[in-house]
Amino acid sequence: MIVDKNGSPLSSAENLKPDTRHGMILYVEDVSVSFDGFKALNDLNLYIGDGELRCLIGANGAGKTTLMDVITGKTRPDTGKVSFGQQIDLLELDESEIARAGIGRKFQKPTVFEALTVFENIELSLSGDKGIWTSLFHKLSGEQKDKIDEVLTTIGLTAEQHYPAGRLSHGQKQWLEIGMLLAAEPRLLLVDEPVTGMTTQETERTAELLTSLAGKHSVVVVEHDMAFVRSIARKVTVLHQGTVLAEGSMDEVQANKDVREVYLGEEH
Amino acid sequence: MKNLLNSPLVKKMSSLHCVIAILFISTLYVTVCNLAFAEGSMLYVSDYTVSLLGKYLCYALLALAVDLVWGYCGILSLGHGAFFALGGYAMGMYLMRQIGDRGVYGNAELPDFMVFLNWTDLPWYWAGSDNALVMILLVFAGPGLLAYLFGTLAFRSRVSGVYLSIMTQAMTYALLLAFFRNEMGFGGNNGLTDFKEIFGFSLQSPDTKLALFVATSIMLAIGYAISHFIMNSKMGRVVTAIRDAENRVRFVGYKPQHYKVWIFVVSAMLAGVAGALYVPQVGIINPGEFSPLNSIEIVIWVAIGGRGTLYGALIGAIVVSYAKTRFTAIMPEAWLFGLGGLFVLVTLLLPKGLAGLVSNLMDKVDPPSTAKKDQVNEDQAAIATTAENK
Amino acid sequence: MLRLLPLLFLYVMSFNASAAVSEIQDKSALPALIEQLPTTKLNRMAPLIDKIVATSAPQTRAILDPLLTGDLYYLKSNKQVVSAYRNKQDQYELTDVFTAETLPAVDKSAIKKVRTNNRLRGKIRDILANLDLRSDDASIRITALNQLLNNPNEIGIASVNKLIKEEKDEDARELMSVILLVDQLETGNKAEKLTAAQQLSGRLEPTVKNALVKQLSSLSEQPETAELRKVLTKAIDDIEQTASVYGMVENLFFGLSLGSVLLLAAIGLTITFGVMGVINMAHGEMMMLGAYTTYVIQQTFPNLIEYSLLMAVPAAFLVSGFVGVLIERGVIRFLKGRPLETLLATFGISLILQQLVRTVFSPLNRQVEAPQWMSGSLEINPMLSLTYNRLYIILFALGVFFTLLMILKKSSLGLHVRAVSQNRDMARALSIKSSWVDAITFGLGSGIAGVAGVALSQLTNVGPNLGQAYIIDSFLVVVFGGVGNLWGTLVAAMTMGTFNKLLEPSMGPVLANIIVLVSLVLFIQKRPKGLFPQKGRSAE
Repeated sequence: MIVDKNGSPLSSAENLKPDTRHGMILYVEDVSVSFDGFKALNDLNLYIGDGELRCLIGANGAGKTTLMDVITGKTRPDTGKVSFGQQIDLLELDESEIARAGIGRKFQKPTVFEALTVFENIELSLSGDKGIWTSLFHKLSGEQKDKIDEVLTTIGLTAEQHYPAGRLSHGQKQWLEIGMLLAAEPRLLLVDEPVTGMTTQETERTAELLTSLAGKHSVVVVEHDMAFVRSIARKVTVLHQGTVLAEGSMDEVQANKDVREVYLGEEH
Repeated sequence: MKNLLNSPLVKKMSSLHCVIAILFISTLYVTVCNLAFAEGSMLYVSDYTVSLLGKYLCYALLALAVDLVWGYCGILSLGHGAFFALGGYAMGMYLMRQIGDRGVYGNAELPDFMVFLNWTDLPWYWAGSDNALVMILLVFAGPGLLAYLFGTLAFRSRVSGVYLSIMTQAMTYALLLAFFRNEMGFGGNNGLTDFKEIFGFSLQSPDTKLALFVATSIMLAIGYAISHFIMNSKMGRVVTAIRDAENRVRFVGYKPQHYKVWIFVVSAMLAGVAGALYVPQVGIINPGEFSPLNSIEIVIWVAIGGRGTLYGALIGAIVVSYAKTRFTAIMPEAWLFGLGGLFVLVTLLLPKGLAGLVSNLMDKVDPPSTAKKDQVNEDQAAIATTAENK
Repeated sequence: MLRLLPLLFLYVMSFNASAAVSEIQDKSALPALIEQLPTTKLNRMAPLIDKIVATSAPQTRAILDPLLTGDLYYLKSNKQVVSAYRNKQDQYELTDVFTAETLPAVDKSAIKKVRTNNRLRGKIRDILANLDLRSDDASIRITALNQLLNNPNEIGIASVNKLIKEEKDEDARELMSVILLVDQLETGNKAEKLTAAQQLSGRLEPTVKNALVKQLSSLSEQPETAELRKVLTKAIDDIEQTASVYGMVENLFFGLSLGSVLLLAAIGLTITFGVMGVINMAHGEMMMLGAYTTYVIQQTFPNLIEYSLLMAVPAAFLVSGFVGVLIERGVIRFLKGRPLETLLATFGISLILQQLVRTVFSPLNRQVEAPQWMSGSLEINPMLSLTYNRLYIILFALGVFFTLLMILKKSSLGLHVRAVSQNRDMARALSIKSSWVDAITFGLGSGIAGVAGVALSQLTNVGPNLGQAYIIDSFLVVVFGGVGNLWGTLVAAMTMGTFNKLLEPSMGPVLANIIVLVSLVLFIQKRPKGLFPQKGRSAE
């Protein structure tokens, strides 16, 4: 393993490149999580290809958020294996190390640093050394400023860059959070319900953005809005009671009889 | 360029200069008036006042330390008095050894209380305590080490919020009990006192008192500058981010526990320095300094002054301490009512403290053309206070 | 020793004499003997007393008891022998010792004391004890036997020797054999001493151990005493071992009682901090108010001390509960969701309450009386006795605990409280008035603190700082047990209490306290959510 438990050698980005020679960026194998006897995830298997855009759907309690928690290190599974590329065992890393390894997450409820300005929010999210001494004597390089400007343009918040993030509207916060993800340049993005609280126009722009990200990054989107899912999805995974119920294109999934049974209560 | 002018950085720079200038001028004023005017003159500042002011400045430095962890990082420490007291004890040990054979028992090696306990040797941790350099090292190392141990344990296991506050209180309470014990070798109940001289200068002499006051003022300025530097670096922004959304900071790739430990240690060291400067000016250090009530009083200074602004902490410490001096002289009964009332009223009515009140008033006076820019900063402070409470 | 010999001789003689006389004297002789009491000279008193005892009349006690205490008089007018006790009017209430009829009260001048001296009093004491040994009441016999064990005398031991064969009560018989064995150890020959020492091994009475130790130290280091010394040493070791076991049991008991105090102090916090998420630094002052309520009740009804605690429990609940509701309505509800500010504001309130008590009562500690039934102790065996006040505190704490558990589990208030604590918005949607529930919950938690204060008033000084001493400990109990978990609080309080008391003998109370604090702090680092954490996604 390349991780030294004591220090943070992970800060040197070279070590962290996930090995994707088999075309897969994320392996989730036989993962189970239970809370007080309730099985939130039950022997779940999921593989995300490098550069893929995947949508996760499922009813409330199907285990979508728990799955995100497991991948990002917030929740430890009872059993199973989660690895980033072939070689990085995510279960041995904590949240910050996973983030530095290249997995970014956008939360269901937008969380930005409200007391900091939009600009500072993005500055903090930039990839790079995140140790204490670097932070203390850090000066923004020209390159980094350009990167921030670029992200600001992408998310359309250039005008608001010196506003404290707490003053932004709900939709703007969603965008800012996406901007923070972009600034970190992750290999894998986990996006939890990105379009709640957005206007139709904003939703369209989000769809555009996410589609454009795929290829360079791998993206996993959790969303309830079926129209939105249909507009971006190439491959859809349906979760039900902590396991994968079906996987395939939107049409295939909709035709699947298990899915129809669960969602529409149809008999065999 | 316009962005740069608008950025909060520029505003804060001026606040640093302001504070240092005010400190410099008032210190100079006090010094000159103490030395140049005769007693009885209108402008004369008495030695008593000089000592009192020196004490206030120590409190101000202590409040600054608490503000760093609480105001900026959201760690409500109810045990900072412990760091202050440890710094004080480090200085007290040194001063004890300077007494030499002038103590009641005339033992050149052992302080009086050890002779009294029939001890024959200095305990090992008193080794080298007569050396000023060792003392200075201890002033930083004592509180720093405690903060490091406590912080590492607490922040690694993600103890936060009120749990952490209670634990810091338990920490200082445990130390209070420990230092009351004679066996600890710190003078037990009576603590360390009857000091004679510091660095070879008599502690009774007005000149030494004035010098200590000036030294305190300088240390406060340095402490302020350091705090200011930290809070305006990227470090400061990470710390603020941790206060508002610690989990998010983790998912962005920082290790909040490292940052928290670091800021906690820095703050503890500042508190230790304040304690070390305090002891020679009041002439005693005893376990009472560890009492949980003391630590909580520091918090109220910061709350009243306005947490999350460095100068607010200074204002709070000085204003409340001054009020305490006056009130306890006029009607000692009323002081606890007053202090208790302050806690309630400030949290209910003045969540941003005096600093917030001042900036509110400034806004009303300010012409509308600049109002928008200020509004942003104003909101920033408002959000800071509300966000922290989540 | 030489001076004692004739005395001893006298005892033995008098015993023999009385035994001899008893054959010929009978109860009918008693009035005549009583008549002699006023006229007999001091040096002739002893045989007279013997004769009185020898009648074995039921009145013997009625004569000897007042004679011992100096309350036996005779009327100057007709030499009638009476017991006399001074009443409030400075007159003497008279009772005829023979007929037990009450006579009209008289002035001091009308009566004269029947004289005794120290020697006689010693004799009477032994005779009385001897009488007690023959009492029909087993408990009186046992008390007399215990007395005899601690102060052995020839007459007593001789009686015991006779009585042991007829004794029915098992405890009394055992005690008798111990008395005889101790006597045998002191006065017997070598073989007897050996058997006595062997049989006394493991006895719990302190006198036995003293006798063994005395015997051992009196032996010289000679080969012929080697065996006895070995047996004695072993017997003493056994006793000490048993003693240390009972010492542990006693410490455990102390620990449980301390744990109960902690439980009482923390249980209200579990409600306010655990269920509502409100941190109340004035919780200790709620306890203080409860203790002062007890004080006020005792001052108001000085004649009802026995019932004062029973009255104080509901009163303290109401007083502290009312103040709690005031605090919730007046301050805390404006700080909802801002725990750190709540902490500061309630701390301010605690300062105000402390100062209030200082101003109204005094900065000094107040004396709260303990009712009769709280004092004394329950004796399990000679080495282990449990004081009633600690015993009651344990029962009381458990009582409060289970009452609260029932309230939360079964009542509709409990249902509402739990609903609000788990999901405030959902509860509101179900038209539960969450603000009302908050106020009542806070009142309940504070009221229980008040009740705890009543209990504390029996254990510690009642002063303005009473609450502060417990606040840190009780918060630690709540956090240690797992916030919001009543059972966790119970386990945590008892664990902390016993841990503390078990450490105490070896390192003193202060260090024990420090160690408990430090280990708790370390424990919380390891398991930040306490012993019994709430699990699940919502707990994050």
